[in-house]
Amino acid sequence: MTSELLELSAAQAAERVRAGEIDAGELFEAYRERAAADELNAFTWVAPEAPGGAPAANASLAGVPLAVKDLFCTEGIPSQAGSRILEGYRPPYTATVVHQLQQAGATLLGKTNQDEFAMGSSNENSAFGPVLNPWDRTRVPGGSSGGSAAAVAAGLAPWAIGTDTGGSIRQPAALCGIVGLKPTYGACSRYGMIAFASSLDQAGPLTRDVTDSALLLRHMIGKDPCDSTSLAFPGEIATPTATDLKGIRLGVPEELTGSDGGVEPGVRASFDRTIALAEQLGAEIETCRLPHAPHALSAYYLIAPAEASANLARFDGVRYGLRVAGDGGLVSMYEATRAAGFGPEVKRRIMLGTYALSSGYYDAYYGTAQRVRTKISEDFRAAFERFDFIVTPTSPWTAFELGAKTDDPLAMYLNDFCTVPMPLAGIPAISIPSGLSDGLPVGFQLAGPAFSESRLLDAAFALEQAIGFDGRSARA
Amino acid sequence: MLDRDQVLHVARLARLALDEEEVERMAAELSKVLDHIEKISELDLRDVPPTSHVVDVVNALRADEPVPSFPAEVVLAQAPEPVAGGFGVPSPGAQ
Repeated sequence: MTSELLELSAAQAAERVRAGEIDAGELFEAYRERAAADELNAFTWVAPEAPGGAPAANASLAGVPLAVKDLFCTEGIPSQAGSRILEGYRPPYTATVVHQLQQAGATLLGKTNQDEFAMGSSNENSAFGPVLNPWDRTRVPGGSSGGSAAAVAAGLAPWAIGTDTGGSIRQPAALCGIVGLKPTYGACSRYGMIAFASSLDQAGPLTRDVTDSALLLRHMIGKDPCDSTSLAFPGEIATPTATDLKGIRLGVPEELTGSDGGVEPGVRASFDRTIALAEQLGAEIETCRLPHAPHALSAYYLIAPAEASANLARFDGVRYGLRVAGDGGLVSMYEATRAAGFGPEVKRRIMLGTYALSSGYYDAYYGTAQRVRTKISEDFRAAFERFDFIVTPTSPWTAFELGAKTDDPLAMYLNDFCTVPMPLAGIPAISIPSGLSDGLPVGFQLAGPAFSESRLLDAAFALEQAIGFDGRSARA
Repeated sequence: MLDRDQVLHVARLARLALDEEEVERMAAELSKVLDHIEKISELDLRDVPPTSHVVDVVNALRADEPVPSFPAEVVLAQAPEPVAGGFGVPSPGAQ
């Protein structure tokens, strides 16, 4: 019975619970046992028992268990953002998106490991140790939502939520062979998400398939009085049903698909096969230009660290988290606390951001990056006049070996080459598995205009059916 | 290229104590990243307005209605040094 339960997608499981064919408590326990026996270090906390209270069988999400990235605040439950500085922190409130999902019937299965404060592309920056990729345990799962991606790919959770600032949902989804969606900026409330870069951060679903992604997203969106940057989503998130791509125009940007971005031959081959499939499904495909996209990485690595350096000023040993005394004075306490509490990558980004914002450098670095950001948005706007979606590989390469890039921050940053332009423009993008290269999953990314999520999911669904990716071996 | 003094100055601004080894590593690593990033200075960006926020939202105000806040004991429950209903800190002047 248990293995049958685990083979159901989350949407199928919810439907069976609502139909009275399976028991929500049994479903929760099946996943809880798997999550508790996690050998991938995907979880930082697992629910000790099924949640009490009335059964949620009538609710839309019908008690289907949900894994939640550590940086979402969950009342009374450790929420540490992968950082030593927040070790043991139990927030007094729950993030809006988590609350909305619980209201819709989701049950909290566990909190998932991540790069510290979502800074990283390999999950090796977690204070709680790296996560292993279920396709090959000597390799990284991607990051920063690496625990969420690995948990879903390995069948330790039916689905999960994460956050994406420069690719932190899509890249780990690609490296783990699952579906990851970064919504339009403002579609989901950021209230209760421990902030990294506030003008870029967005919550989104990591799921086994596109239908699950739509179902989860439907309950995550909405304007929240607690987040003044959140927006009322125009319309609903529809259940994807498309069986072809007739009349859909796909733009292939030279800048993000060529060897300049370091796209591996195996990834390129999978991308080309997917393009051929899209053409068979009726899509019109043409190359296009995003002239400023190659500069997105530079703009991102100024803007995101600059915002992070301000956001992370709150971790000072005064109100919560770690405190280290220093030599007795107040400033010394701040400096010692932050030195002991933050890991190397977080320190690096705080330094980079502080430098970019410091007197004499502000305009040359931060100001220039903000102007590049304008040009990137304009490039996308022009492209969407001719195309419905822009398509690229999600990551230039497949999952790499643990430790392979930890000594070279710049090499690690290049992971985000194909995923950073979209958050800079605030537009939605989805990664779906397009096949394997040397036994490792490859991701295919589709990006659309702001609030095009339903159409994006529909196109991704049609492609998903044609690709027929089989992720079962990672759940074995 | 960042030198040792600049690293120490920025670390001071960021309230981050760095040991000797970190100062050296930070200077080398940040210099390499900045070398890559500085390519954007070659772009012609005259008359391009900066984007600080992608969504055109102006004056997003909520209704100004009082709602209860967390009780002090809940907020102080996570504090390293709760003192008489507040957050205790070392004296700013102490050595």
